Amino acid sequence: MTTWHKRARSALGLSAILLFSVGGVSAIAQERTSVKIGYAVSKTGPNAGGAGITTIPNYVLWAKEVKDAGGLELPDGKRLPVEIIEYDDRSSAEEVVRATERLATQDKVDFIFAPWGTGFNLAVAPLFDRFGYPQLAVSAVTDKAPEFVKRWKKSFWLLGGGHDYTEALAGVLKQAKAAGTINGKIAMISVADGFGIDLVTAARPSFKKAGLEVTYDVTYPAGTTDFTPMINEAAKGGADTFVAFSYPPETFAITQQAQVAKFNPKVMYLGVGTGFPIYGKNNGANAEGIMSLGGIDPKNEANTAYRKRHEEVTGKAPDLWGSVITYASLQMLQEAIKRKGLDREAVSKELSTGTFKAVLGETKLENNQLRTLWFGGQWQNGQFVAIAPVDRPGAAKPILPKPVWQAK
Amino acid sequence: MIVTTLIAGLVLGGTYALVAMGLTLQYGISRIMNLAYGETIIAASFLAYVLSSSLGINPLVSLLVAAPLGFAFSYMIYAIMLRPLVARSKTAMSLEIDSILATFGLLFVIQGVMLVFFGGNYISYSYMNFGVDILGASVAANRLLALVLALAIGGGLYLLLTRTLWGTALRAVAVAPSSAPLVGIDANRAVRLAFALGGALAACGGVVISMYQTFTATSGVVFTMKALIVVIMGGVGNLLGALSAGLILGLVETFVATYVSPGLTLAAVYLIFLGILLWRPSGLFGKARR
Amino acid sequence: MKRFAIAGGFVVAVAVLALAPLCLGAYGLGLLIGLAGYVTLATAWALFSGPTGYISLATVAFVGIGAYCVAALSEVLPYPLVLLIAAAIGLAVALIVGLSTLRLSGVYFVIFTFGLAELIRQLVTFYEINVTGTLGRYIFLGITPEQIYWQLLALGVITLLLTWWIGRSRIGLALKVIGDDEVVASHVGIDIARTKLALFAVSAVIMTLVGAIQAPRWTYVEPAIVFNPTVSFLVLIMALLGGAARLWGPLLGAVPLFMLFEWLSANFPNHYSILLGLLFILIVFALPKGVLSFVEDNWMKRRGPRAADRSEARS
Repeated sequence: MTTWHKRARSALGLSAILLFSVGGVSAIAQERTSVKIGYAVSKTGPNAGGAGITTIPNYVLWAKEVKDAGGLELPDGKRLPVEIIEYDDRSSAEEVVRATERLATQDKVDFIFAPWGTGFNLAVAPLFDRFGYPQLAVSAVTDKAPEFVKRWKKSFWLLGGGHDYTEALAGVLKQAKAAGTINGKIAMISVADGFGIDLVTAARPSFKKAGLEVTYDVTYPAGTTDFTPMINEAAKGGADTFVAFSYPPETFAITQQAQVAKFNPKVMYLGVGTGFPIYGKNNGANAEGIMSLGGIDPKNEANTAYRKRHEEVTGKAPDLWGSVITYASLQMLQEAIKRKGLDREAVSKELSTGTFKAVLGETKLENNQLRTLWFGGQWQNGQFVAIAPVDRPGAAKPILPKPVWQAK
Repeated sequence: MIVTTLIAGLVLGGTYALVAMGLTLQYGISRIMNLAYGETIIAASFLAYVLSSSLGINPLVSLLVAAPLGFAFSYMIYAIMLRPLVARSKTAMSLEIDSILATFGLLFVIQGVMLVFFGGNYISYSYMNFGVDILGASVAANRLLALVLALAIGGGLYLLLTRTLWGTALRAVAVAPSSAPLVGIDANRAVRLAFALGGALAACGGVVISMYQTFTATSGVVFTMKALIVVIMGGVGNLLGALSAGLILGLVETFVATYVSPGLTLAAVYLIFLGILLWRPSGLFGKARR
Repeated sequence: MKRFAIAGGFVVAVAVLALAPLCLGAYGLGLLIGLAGYVTLATAWALFSGPTGYISLATVAFVGIGAYCVAALSEVLPYPLVLLIAAAIGLAVALIVGLSTLRLSGVYFVIFTFGLAELIRQLVTFYEINVTGTLGRYIFLGITPEQIYWQLLALGVITLLLTWWIGRSRIGLALKVIGDDEVVASHVGIDIARTKLALFAVSAVIMTLVGAIQAPRWTYVEPAIVFNPTVSFLVLIMALLGGAARLWGPLLGAVPLFMLFEWLSANFPNHYSILLGLLFILIVFALPKGVLSFVEDNWMKRRGPRAADRSEARS
């Protein structure tokens, strides 16, 4: 029993040490010499692929630009250097929550950038709210944004909801059907993940309303590598429109396997990954005509300049959907700080009500959401150009039907 | 229609079998539960990708580079890191725990190095992505290559293990590691070679898979787990077991996707796996008790 | 007298830990929640796996079931009832899985449990999509992090006490015999099946509750988040490093490892994997018998031979 006793005592000692080590002593307030900005994002794990293209490079680019400009500008015209604190959430919801708590209460950062992913943005939303930080959630597609804004007043949702994207797609398809290009029958597959399900549940009513018929509608588990059975089934039902709400590995696989199966629908709409520059590069002429979420207006000079800087600084081109929005969100935050200073309350209010000149052009949020977005794009002549909403200035005309696969 | 599904299933199963055969050698003969196995696969995928995208080297040629590299790398890992653990372990259980912990560490090291070099991005290129017509079904040539390679390696190694003296020695070590030296077998050398051979197979798998599957620096774990399922289902250390288990899983996935629902493919795979284990607790081809 | 001192020390330690949130910030509290969660999971894992030698990778299956119960039921039922239902479902699943221990052993059991966790994840996903039509669920409960922590702490204390009690009871003896040799155990007249099943069930119910208690912290729950297999591996590694066969082993494995992960990811976000991996390899080579035996060996050296004798006599 003696050792048991000792163990109990050592456990007690351990817990005491632990308490001291985490308690910490807060620094005494002093003259401000820098602005601290932090973020927790998935650098490793299953989410790293997405975060590594849409989120992290833009945070890096922004930090470099602010540094080169001599610091972050405040209302009095003074510029303060920005100190960046970054954590890896390792694609775990528990880690992103704790890292955000660490940023807010331990590092006492002035502002926190949002993590990557719908689930992760929701996981940290209550914390941003509790600690009073504005949350500019970009890589989160959710139809519930209006509810979230009511619940968390300082949350901002910038990438729209599934409904927006499926309405845009239905609009394009409806036009094509009216023109007699397609027969209005759709084969649809979706990844069994928050993103895929959000979109497919929005797509069903959107297509119905547009008078389109869904002949094949299945979900597949994330991580599926072989789409041959689904492509064969989709081809059988007489549909000439193929829609896949997929993630990047699957988007790439479907593209390849559709070529092998000589599956040539007139409209081919694929999910995340279609808007990656590598998609166009890898598929070359076979990318032509493929549609997806997002898109850019190639005539927008600010965007073109941004893409050039992005490639110079980070060594790779940004994706053609969320990247530019991520960057715009940082520009808006930067501008709001310039107008209102480091008071998070005032900055949040400014983000909510102000009008900003960002890479997207004149930008103003409606009910804490960005609504002027490109919801649909298509690969045309080696560029992923925006085609929907069809009535927005700058939208290109969709090229239908999609060209037949070319043998490589 | 059934034929198409059958062929698609066999081709998919070929990939699973190919991935699993190296692990079954490493675990069955060398008794090392190598959690870093999938990282070897991914490292080879990166090699093929870099050689193909920056130097324009044909991935089939990369295969000839990757296999010896995988062999040499695994040989070194065994000699430097795992041999001391084997030497000091008194029981099979303590070796199992030590090797799990050590290769778990190795997993992170290899993954971390790849992350530093390549970041967390999705890597994808395509090679040999054209259809080959087999009995009316169009099959991707690159996936067919995986199946052919799996069959060739599986068959070749099986013959090697059953028909040659060297193979008999390896099997003797697998069955009775402590008594093999009594009949003049250098058990240590045999085990090291088997582990290195497993690494070479993993590297081959990695190169072939990179031709059609998107990967990231952190996707090795997925391959390790898939390979483990196949190895366990087939019976540890049994090449034909791994081959047939891989093909069965491919068939199950394709048939369920075609005739039941694509949403249940993985559920069906795990269900079949669990069912087979409950039916034969040491895998399809496993001996009653290890 | 000694007994009293031990009990006293334990009570004081728990009291200090229980009061800790009052003087810690949100981050400190977050750390304590993570620690309490992993210590409880690792201890519960070792409760079954330590004495029997069966290595289970089903941990996250139960954690996920717990979290999903809260996500699915918290809006219609009062919270304590939700916890009870979660425990009941965890128990039911555990009994079915536990039956497999009668047939499987060694690595076959390990991978079986892994496959099982994945199967449950796939089935939950399929059910959610095809029956309820959504995938993610939101948990909007007014439960503060303090309350989560206190619940976890209480559960952790109960788990430790339970492990201690089982170790001293007849079941504990039975389990040790099973771990050593199942054939001997059955000859001695121990009902192996029932003992293993009971232990597996208790351990699984605790894991389910950990998942259920932690769920409100994530706000948003989907299968990919709550059935993350990394959790199973971490728990296994923590318990193995600390020494799964001892009462304090899992705790002494979980606490330093958890703090290490935290420290590494905070200070080396870009080289976390490499450093962590190297540390693991170093630990295996430096501490062949696990952290606890290492700690004990050092204790004994300093305290002289008397303590060592006693410790030996005890173990």
